[in-house]
Amino acid sequence: MSDFFKSAVSSPTDANARKEAIMTQVRNELAQANAQQLINNMNERCFKACVTKPGTSLSSSEQTCLARCLDRFMDAFNIVSRTYTARITKERLEDTNLGSSLGQ
Amino acid sequence: QKELAAFLEKEQTQAKLHSTVHTFTTMCWDKCVTSTPSTRFSRGEESCLMNCVDRFLDSSIFLVNQISQRRDQQ
Repeated sequence: MSDFFKSAVSSPTDANARKEAIMTQVRNELAQANAQQLINNMNERCFKACVTKPGTSLSSSEQTCLARCLDRFMDAFNIVSRTYTARITKERLEDTNLGSSLGQ
Repeated sequence: QKELAAFLEKEQTQAKLHSTVHTFTTMCWDKCVTSTPSTRFSRGEESCLMNCVDRFLDSSIFLVNQISQRRDQQ
């Protein structure tokens, strides 16, 4: 770590390593934010769906419902994600096809 | 440095995509999953979720066209 601050002129491998570190950190933070959003949304929806009248503790049927809801919400997320990316890819292909046919 | 800029731009685009998917997921869940969750989606629920995304995008395109039509008429 002390080497990090020592050299005024960094070698290509140093710069490369730093670049990789930044990229990894950015990827991790974005993935974490993504997961956080998913979990927050799921919490809200599943509580609403499964716990209609909050009691003094979670009943076992509520727990079963929540567990199922978790799986279903993940499924929904995957379905939506797949459909959306497929649609975007399709639109982009149609755009480029249209562009090439018009001689752009 | 240029690589970082390109990388960040790509990641930002992806992050925006993820954010949109989250919005769609909650919106379509509210529309399509009306009964208590069971061990798997019924076929109706599954097709509803898929249709939901496409129809929303269709609606957006339609509305944008409508707006530009009204603007041209003026």
